[in-house]
Amino acid sequence: MNQPIRRLSMVVAVMFVLLLVASTWIQVLGAQGIREASDNRRTQLDSYARERGQILLGGQPIARSTEVEDDLEWQRVYSDPELYSHVTGYFSFTYGSGAGLESASDGLLSGRDDQLFYDRLTDTIAGREPRGASLELTIDPDAQQAAEQALGEQRGAVVALDPSTGDILAMVSHPNFDPSPLASHDVPTERAAWERYTEDETQPMVNRAIGGNLYPPGSTFKIVTAAAALESGDYSAGSSIPGPATLDLPQTTSDLPNASGAACGANDQVTLAVAMQDSCNTAFGWLGMELGGDAVAEQAEAFGFGEELSVPMTVAPSTFPTGLNPPQEAQSAIGQYDVRTTPMQMAMVTAAVANDGVVMRPNMIEQVMAADTSVIDEPEPDALRRAISSDTASELTDMMQLVTTDGTGTAGAVDGVSVAAKTGTAQHAEGAAPHAWYTAFAPADNPQVAVAVVVESGGTAGSEASGGSSAGPISKAVMEAVLQ
Amino acid sequence: MRAVATIAPRRGRNVELLLTALAIGVVILAYVNVSVAETEEIPPDLLGHAGILAGIALAFHLVLRWRASYADPIILPIVVLLNGIGVVVIYRLDIAAGRSFTEGQAVRQLLWTAIGVAIALAVLIALRDHRVLRRYTYTAGAAALVLIALPIFIGYEVNGARIWIRLGSFTFQPAEIAKILLAIFFAGYLVQTRDVLALTGRRFLGITFPRGRDLGPLAIAWVASMLVLAFENDFGTTLMVFGLFVAMLYIATERISWIVLGLSMAAFGAAIVYTTASHVRTRVLCWTDPFSTQGREECGQLVQGIMGLASGGVSGAGLGRGRPWLTPLPESDFIFASIGEELGLVGTMAIILLYAILVERGLRSAIGLRDGFGKLLAAGLSFVIALQVFVVIGGVTRVIPLTGLTLPFLAYGGSSLLTNWTLVALLLRMSDHARRPEPETDPAQMEAPTEMVRTVR
Repeated sequence: MNQPIRRLSMVVAVMFVLLLVASTWIQVLGAQGIREASDNRRTQLDSYARERGQILLGGQPIARSTEVEDDLEWQRVYSDPELYSHVTGYFSFTYGSGAGLESASDGLLSGRDDQLFYDRLTDTIAGREPRGASLELTIDPDAQQAAEQALGEQRGAVVALDPSTGDILAMVSHPNFDPSPLASHDVPTERAAWERYTEDETQPMVNRAIGGNLYPPGSTFKIVTAAAALESGDYSAGSSIPGPATLDLPQTTSDLPNASGAACGANDQVTLAVAMQDSCNTAFGWLGMELGGDAVAEQAEAFGFGEELSVPMTVAPSTFPTGLNPPQEAQSAIGQYDVRTTPMQMAMVTAAVANDGVVMRPNMIEQVMAADTSVIDEPEPDALRRAISSDTASELTDMMQLVTTDGTGTAGAVDGVSVAAKTGTAQHAEGAAPHAWYTAFAPADNPQVAVAVVVESGGTAGSEASGGSSAGPISKAVMEAVLQ
Repeated sequence: MRAVATIAPRRGRNVELLLTALAIGVVILAYVNVSVAETEEIPPDLLGHAGILAGIALAFHLVLRWRASYADPIILPIVVLLNGIGVVVIYRLDIAAGRSFTEGQAVRQLLWTAIGVAIALAVLIALRDHRVLRRYTYTAGAAALVLIALPIFIGYEVNGARIWIRLGSFTFQPAEIAKILLAIFFAGYLVQTRDVLALTGRRFLGITFPRGRDLGPLAIAWVASMLVLAFENDFGTTLMVFGLFVAMLYIATERISWIVLGLSMAAFGAAIVYTTASHVRTRVLCWTDPFSTQGREECGQLVQGIMGLASGGVSGAGLGRGRPWLTPLPESDFIFASIGEELGLVGTMAIILLYAILVERGLRSAIGLRDGFGKLLAAGLSFVIALQVFVVIGGVTRVIPLTGLTLPFLAYGGSSLLTNWTLVALLLRMSDHARRPEPETDPAQMEAPTEMVRTVR
């Protein structure tokens, strides 16, 4: 009977080897994936068990962790939670982290990021509980506050950039939310807040500045069309183009009218500069067909359309349609049809004009600091690409200045400062009040700030809303806050 | 008067003492570790608690010196280490659950250990020769059947499996004891019938298959295990009993055909159960795809256990520094995951290897034994440990579908401890026999009067 016992020993050996292999798989080879599973309570608890990094503005925390006497050990506390809700996002035990930096920079804040490897190592050797890194932001509290107040109760979003660096100076989205109850350690409190926010039709947790459903840009897109025209070399600010009261769209029975219902200039002819100043639909519609959809699309892409960016929150790519027929080209050229964009993207377009034609990568991280306050990372301004030539940029600047001096955008003018701007009043649904847009930069000769504002469905002005009257004052308030 | 002085065979008792002391040292370190991690102080009753464990181990060691001096010296230290680690991990979970030491499960586990050792020692002292057990072949078989069937009539259900009975204030899993009795029954029965089973049969496809009437016992075992499964919803015991029987049958007959037959019958039975019982389908789903949406709803325990193991990584969170309580039943069915979370792959490998060595020592004793009954019994009991470890750890690590068995010596549970200590006593008894040198031919016996009749009962 010894032979079968020996064979049985081999079977037993195989069984134990299987167990060793399975354990090794779960604990080492496959462990990473299991740990990162979204509902892994141990990983969630781990991130609570160590001190999470702070989110700072000028050294003042807008999100920090304080030690508490319960199982989770650390409580996330937000200062000015609603003002910065879309910047910080939330950090919830039940619902994870989301909606802002808490999610986008979770690796750094929690201390799990590879950049923090050496800090973790020294912490482990020294027997210290590893701590997360802190983030110093580029946000200007005054600009943020001004944008928040000016937007008031209206739905919409505001983005302000430093054109030369891409630094995000303000990012406000309305309606906003209070992340504090989501970070509560009391589950019913968390749940109640979560249900309130997610079931709200106005979607307060969506950051309209960089995501959501995106908006048709309306006439603010004429900056892009004008840029394409100037870049083609066939047009200049003084070029005379057709600007009739209505533009006959070929292949269709419909026409493209001007908002005023009148022609833009004498004999239905208008200069490009004046077409911009008065936001002349027929002139830009004609221009769109002349240039062709591909040329406009190319220009839009040069400004950043179609590109996903992280600031570090993900910016939804703006879209410009392809394969257009002439009437669609005309409509797209004035920011209608299937053109969809974020306030961030429109701020980038304006900032590129302000920055001599170069698009800077938008970013809100000034510094990443380890727990011992040593600087780990200091993102440098990064040029994405040149969107337009220097000459085009300066010609566009001149044209956009006319908008605030003599055109549709006077409501956004700032006393004593030359502001270059473009308004937009975007139809988005039959019967609904239009979205009011305003994008601008100032001072025109030495740009410090570029702004894009959208007020959803006309805001408080309703169907009477226009880009200049509804969104212009908000832009003005933000610029004053930055420039003062 | 021997012309050549023989070298005295190594009994290994001193080795055993040293290794046992080492095992106790490891356990005490682990105990201090847990206490420091949780309360930041050395446990006040350290000497007392350590003394209990050391006393139990020492008593066992002394009885071995006295009654089984050639017994395998590796078995006791391994069992002491496993049992001790188990108590420490259970103590650690007591703290996490907010149970004080005196009300906790660790104390009960210690108590059961003491009782288990007492019974094991009684077995070692009373049973001088394992061959005596052969006389009780059918008694053991009948008793095993009764015990396995008992919960159907007077048992109650825990977590879906009807495998528990209540004795006063104690609850008991009769199938635990049945596994030893079954091994005795199989060994006795197979030693008797092995010639018939081994030599007759028809050849088909190059394999000799047994005759129909010799298939009887296998068929009975199969039907019995299916019945147990059906009535008690106890997949683990079924697997163990059936696996044990097939393995012992193979050892007795040395015929692969038994294994082919056994496995195909098992597969057939599994297929029937899979199609008829929804909870078995759930088990299979949890095995194949626990991280699917449905899996996460149905297999919370398994998913939590795997997440615990994964969070342990290579070196573990450290004793007292993980969160094993997030897994349901962390001290019994999922104690392996609890250990893996806090001791890491290093810990789980150590545990698996300890079991592997334990089983290997048992199988080695089986080879060393000179009687067929002993060989079968020793191999069977060793294989029971291997099977049980495989079914439990394999279930937790998704090698096979999860079933409800306990990890020998580690998991919380009185019936399991009592049975496994007794099982080890039997293995030690047989290893003593296996390693004991052949007795010198006794001159006195050779000169015995020829008219004396030696009776064999």
